[in-house]
Amino acid sequence: MAFKNYILVCAGTACESSKGVALYEALEKELKAQGVETEAQLVKTGCFGFCEQGPIVKILPDESFYVKVGPEHAKQIVAEHIIKGRQVKELLYDKNQASGTSSANIDFYQKQQRIVLRNCGVINPEYIDEYIARDGYAALEKVIFDMTPDQVIQELKDAGLRGRGGAGFPTGMKWSFTKDAPGDQKYVVCNADEGDPGAYMDRSTCEGDPHSVLEAMTIAGHTVGANQGFIYIRAEYPLAIERLENAIAQAREYGLLGENILGSDFSFDIELRLGAGAFVCGEETALLASIEGKRGMPIPRPPFPAVKGLWGKPTVINNVETWANIPMIILKGSKWFNSIGTETSKGTKVFALTGKINNSGLIEVPMGTTLREIIYDIGGGIKGGKKFKAAQTGGPSGGVITADYLDTPIDYESLMSIGSMMGSGGMIVMDEDDCMIDVTKFYLEFTVDESCGKCAPCRIGGRTNYNILDKISKGQGEMEDLDKLKELAQAMRKASLCGLGQTAPNPIMSTINYFEEEYLEHINDKKCRAGKCKDLMSYTIDAEKCIGCTACARVCPVGCISGEVKSPHIIDQEQCIKCGQCFEKCKFDAILKG
Amino acid sequence: MAKMTLDELRSLRDSKKKEMTQRDGDKNAQIVIGMGTCGIAAGAKEAFDAFLDELEKHNVNDTRITQTGCMGLCFSEPTVEVAVPGMPRVIYGNVDPDVARRIVNEHIIGKSLVSDHIFDKPAQDIIDGGLNNHGI
Repeated sequence: MAFKNYILVCAGTACESSKGVALYEALEKELKAQGVETEAQLVKTGCFGFCEQGPIVKILPDESFYVKVGPEHAKQIVAEHIIKGRQVKELLYDKNQASGTSSANIDFYQKQQRIVLRNCGVINPEYIDEYIARDGYAALEKVIFDMTPDQVIQELKDAGLRGRGGAGFPTGMKWSFTKDAPGDQKYVVCNADEGDPGAYMDRSTCEGDPHSVLEAMTIAGHTVGANQGFIYIRAEYPLAIERLENAIAQAREYGLLGENILGSDFSFDIELRLGAGAFVCGEETALLASIEGKRGMPIPRPPFPAVKGLWGKPTVINNVETWANIPMIILKGSKWFNSIGTETSKGTKVFALTGKINNSGLIEVPMGTTLREIIYDIGGGIKGGKKFKAAQTGGPSGGVITADYLDTPIDYESLMSIGSMMGSGGMIVMDEDDCMIDVTKFYLEFTVDESCGKCAPCRIGGRTNYNILDKISKGQGEMEDLDKLKELAQAMRKASLCGLGQTAPNPIMSTINYFEEEYLEHINDKKCRAGKCKDLMSYTIDAEKCIGCTACARVCPVGCISGEVKSPHIIDQEQCIKCGQCFEKCKFDAILKG
Repeated sequence: MAKMTLDELRSLRDSKKKEMTQRDGDKNAQIVIGMGTCGIAAGAKEAFDAFLDELEKHNVNDTRITQTGCMGLCFSEPTVEVAVPGMPRVIYGNVDPDVARRIVNEHIIGKSLVSDHIFDKPAQDIIDGGLNNHGI
């Protein structure tokens, strides 16, 4: 049965938390109440990527793109758009452009190319038929019936696909190691443990297009000779877990998982394994230990999991985003894939764009897109018209990219060469109000908390470095602290057991490299130019500007502001807790920060 | 559904694909139906259904149907605007389900105008010049 309209409601975690569920239910209710439930189909889709504007509702076929929609708008949408066919202008993304409202015309999508996110925001992830309609499981067909395992591996090698988990190891090569490793029991593992602060691409992919991961893992099973797959996902991603479980059940029902897939003699099944949300479990050996039911701690490599992995058996382990690329490469071929991207980095990369940016959201761009294009063309520039200071990529394992490198093409090698990394794809944009020491302290605190504690360089080195940073941020730093930081960072890099400890000092090295003058200011001048380090700043009142309105004194939680009405006020520095409320409240710019 | 064979998966994909093409943005021709109160009262919904049904029957995937508000021609409702690349953009009036089916067959598929229902026809020079010159 065809419908006149399709109402696509974003049901990613971001939109769900911003009233998406209530919105869906309200629309459902209104369609019934206004007697048009047979004319429009409600579709829950994955993340549209444009989270800044969520919840998003897209109506097909005319592609109206409604943003910031709430349950209270449901009645109007049904009455106006579905029944009368009039767009609800005030909800449109671009209110001045009545006809050009399709997502194709929205600047946010202009420079994007969606391979991994091809189905996110397009299909209903809870309904396998919609995935199948979008050529779903056609790659699996091709692999089982028309290709040899060696051909599949060759195709991936020719495509130049590299792991999207961060390190960028060639995927085809990884698979061939497992295929050639001796052993009758082999495993396929999906790493969906996404722990980077500010990153959510894997979650969104699992929520918006779970079958693409299942199909790819099954393809790997056929290629390397495995009959069992595991998806390791953190327990704090309940919606992704629910969608994956639902997808697995539907695939089993259709015979796309289980015994004798599509009538062939190939059998493969997938189970979920929930992690407790430890950052170290994103490291592959720790992840495998966790699946085995042991404490998630890394072990030295080699042997690599490709040869000796889960329960000592050869195991292919890839990240969600890597998996989601695979069906498209098989279907469209290696030539198509490696025509996208740069010389050494092929295809696209998904970034979770967050921080001080106008259009924060989930984006997918061809490798080689510059940071400037991402921040200004897609991201719409810095919030509040402020100045771009740096972008942090690669999470705690990465570093910062400064304004001088805005035109660097984003690929594995370029990012490495400027001291950052692709990592899993979190991209946090910072403006002039961000203090680099404060940011570095934040990442160090994260890695110190998340260290498993097994090896001393990570456990002790991380904590010591954190303490030094803390000292600097409090204005107690000395010049030799800078050398200590660098020395310890080098030691951690060389001596830590796994990626967590080896990369934990990256934010330190990168910020010292590009923002050394800020470190020096903190140490020598006891000054924090961004006004973030509380101990190094104070609020004072400009007596000339203050008209004595008493607004600041009334809002001060510790009552440290005094003065007569209509005459200048004074802040008692001893008592001030630097909460900044007076600064926010003052309408006359009379409160000075610095 | 029970476990599928390869053929069953392929036929399921074909049938679902057809169902979903309605949702794809990649369309060449466009049918815009006036669905203001006047249009609906005059039977625009029935015309809409007929368009959908006829397009599906003939497996036409590259035509997008959209609705719009009142076009201002309430006296000739239901009014329908049809834009096919390489042909002049035409507004049809009094489009009942039968006329809708004729528009699909004659205009969309046959590439000839349904002359007796044209309400508003572009001037001759526009027709001669085609769409490219005039950006319509």
